[in-house]
Amino acid sequence: MTIDLNQVDRPNSYIGKTVPRPNARKLVEGRGQYVDDVHLPRTVHVAYLRSPYAHARIKGINTDAAMAIPGVLRVFTGHDLKEVCTPWVATLDHLKGMKSAPQHALAVERAMWVGEPVAAVVAESRAVAEDGAAVLEVDFEPLPVVADMETALDPDTPVLHEELGDNLTFTRTHEAGDVADAFASAAHVVEETFHTGRHTGVCLEPRSILADYNRSENQLTVYSATQAPHMIQSSFAKHLDLPEGKVRVICGDVGGSYGIKVHIYPDEMATAAISRIMGRPVKFIADRLESFTSDIHARDHRVTARMAVDSNGKITALEIDDLTGIGPYSVYPRTSAVEGNQVVNLCGGPYDLANYKATTKVVMQNKAPMCQYRAVGHPIACAVTEGMVDLAAEALDLDPVELRRRNLVPDDAYPYTAASGMKFEGLSHHASLDKLLETMGYDELRREQGDLRGKGVYRGIGIASFIELTNPSPFMYGIGGARISAQDGATVRMDPDGSLVVLSGVTEQGQGTEGMLAQVVAESVGVRIDTVKVITGDTQTTPYGGGTWASRGAGIGGAAAFRAGRALRDNILQVAAAMLQSTPDELDIIDGAVKDRTTGEERMPLAELGRIVYFRGDTLPKDLDREMVATRHYITSDYPFAFTNGIQASLVEVDVETGFVKLLKHWCVEDCGRVINPQLVDEQIRGGIVQGLGGALFEECVYSEEGQLENANMADYLVPMASEMPDMVIGHVETPTQESELGAKGAGEAGTAGAPGAVMNAINDAIRPFGGRVTRMPFTPERILAALGKVPDPDSR
Amino acid sequence: MSENNFAYEVDVTVTVNGERVSRRVDARRHLVDFLRLDVGLTGTHTGCEHGVCGACTVQVNGDVVRGCLMLAAQADGAEIWTIEGLSDNGSLGALQKAFVERNALQCGFCTPGMLITAADLLARENQPSREEIREHISGNYCRCTGYEAIVDAVEMAAGTRSGASQAGGDSE
Ligand code: FES
Ligand code: FES
Repeated sequence: MTIDLNQVDRPNSYIGKTVPRPNARKLVEGRGQYVDDVHLPRTVHVAYLRSPYAHARIKGINTDAAMAIPGVLRVFTGHDLKEVCTPWVATLDHLKGMKSAPQHALAVERAMWVGEPVAAVVAESRAVAEDGAAVLEVDFEPLPVVADMETALDPDTPVLHEELGDNLTFTRTHEAGDVADAFASAAHVVEETFHTGRHTGVCLEPRSILADYNRSENQLTVYSATQAPHMIQSSFAKHLDLPEGKVRVICGDVGGSYGIKVHIYPDEMATAAISRIMGRPVKFIADRLESFTSDIHARDHRVTARMAVDSNGKITALEIDDLTGIGPYSVYPRTSAVEGNQVVNLCGGPYDLANYKATTKVVMQNKAPMCQYRAVGHPIACAVTEGMVDLAAEALDLDPVELRRRNLVPDDAYPYTAASGMKFEGLSHHASLDKLLETMGYDELRREQGDLRGKGVYRGIGIASFIELTNPSPFMYGIGGARISAQDGATVRMDPDGSLVVLSGVTEQGQGTEGMLAQVVAESVGVRIDTVKVITGDTQTTPYGGGTWASRGAGIGGAAAFRAGRALRDNILQVAAAMLQSTPDELDIIDGAVKDRTTGEERMPLAELGRIVYFRGDTLPKDLDREMVATRHYITSDYPFAFTNGIQASLVEVDVETGFVKLLKHWCVEDCGRVINPQLVDEQIRGGIVQGLGGALFEECVYSEEGQLENANMADYLVPMASEMPDMVIGHVETPTQESELGAKGAGEAGTAGAPGAVMNAINDAIRPFGGRVTRMPFTPERILAALGKVPDPDSR
Repeated sequence: MSENNFAYEVDVTVTVNGERVSRRVDARRHLVDFLRLDVGLTGTHTGCEHGVCGACTVQVNGDVVRGCLMLAAQADGAEIWTIEGLSDNGSLGALQKAFVERNALQCGFCTPGMLITAADLLARENQPSREEIREHISGNYCRCTGYEAIVDAVEMAAGTRSGASQAGGDSE
């Protein structure tokens, strides 16, 4: 029996409806439990001494002064932890030629970036541990620094890891069609260089871990603010020499993650290693300053692009040359080659394009490691592609919307394989574009723009189409050898009172995962949503899974839960049929009661069925299966990824005297397939847009030539605040994936993917009368004034 | 520094959420650590500990205060309200209901501080405009929501937002 989710008036329906999240109430009352709220007996606290140098030899560490402080219990160096914790090398086999060097929990011989943990001080309190770290004497010998990615491969630049031969981690070139020929015969060729600034996630809850190794059971229990509990379990087990079954990762409430909390961090591994040595709970909560230098960074790319168009406004070729600097080590275990690889996979993605060539070069340097952050590679690929499309429109003297219309992959062309090799099951670029233009009143805004220009007010409209990679299969990590599950599972159990418990391998960091799972299960079984309890984030009790990242929570975790719910429903109906002398086909479950399928008459509440199964099983036929639990898994298999699409528009006003940008309004129409909860999806999009706007306008990790991070605090590193953000209008087109009954694709990263490109195009549209253009993010007032020719270019100093 | 502990410790007596609390604490202990570690009230969070993010917002003698910028010792004799007490006594009820309905929180880490800041606005301005709301909460960082849902929820609590658009925001 299946549910037709396209039918609107389904009984007991939750899928497709806005339902409040069951876990929201506790959070508004301050009753969440984040890692730092967990207190275990005998807990000690660790603080890390971090390298003040971008590159330095560690010649010695004198711990006497630290150990003399009352309350300081132990000091650990890299040499100490190396005895219990093996180093890791982050490469993936399918990223051909990728290389990186072994990384330790604490630096052993050399510190490789400002912020790398070098020594650990364990004390009775965090404050005393910091006192200890402050008086540790480390004899650093500064070494030459590789800061600039542009020169990282030059012959006279020092090689950071001699054994690797050079500073190149990974490179890949993809070519399809005849690019050279297309450029030779083009009517117009446009060319530009784009920079996306290095920035970071700034989760309001810093990274947090409480590791509790119990020697008597040889058991490590880790309370971790993570998106991927099973990946943490597997990595900690491997490097601390424990069986996987002896590591339990518990993930309660998480105060924001966005890809920041999906990696193995040396200080977190060190915390677990210290617990393993001391045999007691050890807590590490990063402070804000160390978060800036030790959380992963992302998006530091320089992309040079060329686009060829014919005289009819058809894009005939795109050529991409991407360079990115990822710090001294590839980050474990997802690697730091993925972002560059994504740029190659995603550029030109929305367009029907025959000739495409893209190269990424991923180099090492002495800055904080870069890795996957929300929308990995998408904001870069989208800004570059959409910037080029606008340039081509300008060259052809066409409205940017018209050029997109002529080139977006037609809505009836699916399944479609892009020149990048990416496979699209079903997208809706044109329908999304139409809906966007109608929603925003495009023509009217253009008229208004023209009128205002006459009055010296410079408004700009920027459009950005995008694709988003979601629901990854093992092609993302598993085939490369990483123990990161692409499959996910759910267990649904009915208890005697007829209530349900759902255990799922995907996790909640605020997206509404648990609410989504409750909706899916309530409908697939046929109960009221307030009788469903969802449990996530515990490797010991939930089915094995990947967690929540790459927008997979709903599409994969939700699909597994849907299946589990249907299976339990079948089991319940089997028992009900035996009790009621009926057949499963004649019965249905609606609102927590077994009903007659045709008349709708109530036959038995689930609580009564539960009472009999659990307490009076003697009254049931002996050979009747009475499994009130079902577990199902889900993995995508027809397509390596479920691509989604969408389009954003930004309306800005640029003050041409000060260079300030006012964000007036933002629109997004996107297609994530089946929308399970419209409100949750919209809020994912809004939050994502604002993260994208942050990268476009404010956020940048500013490094000096010596590799010092110069703005590592929240006063100097600017993040979007309420007063400068716009209201956002969100719309949807729904093209469900046929791969699952649920039909859901991901929605978590679409906002971030498209926002920077849209706002860049809007700013450039606003200042077009002056002939300037910005292509280096963040678009600060100074850079905008430089584009207007009013101040010297800050980037050519 | 902890040597010569006695000289660096102080006695603090405050009223927290209507209950009298006396503790001897490090002189350097800030109010949030005091509330979280000494009183066990973990609803107040720290996001920066240098006065920028607003996650640590509490009420002290009726004023909205950043708990990370105040020492526990400075609060001696004060009346303090945290998210726990303000939830128990119902004074944030309308805002909390609106936040849940409008999904004006995702991870919830900023939420206690955001609610206390918003309540402060509604206490002096019962019909604030969207701009006033945005301005008032602009010292409270939220990485998850993009703020719009929070602005909507504050409007809902103030009764200035129409019912029709309440649940979904400005959506198609
Ligand atoms: S923790 Fe107090 S303002 Fe950030
Ligand atoms: S809800 Fe996560 S920071 Fe505001």
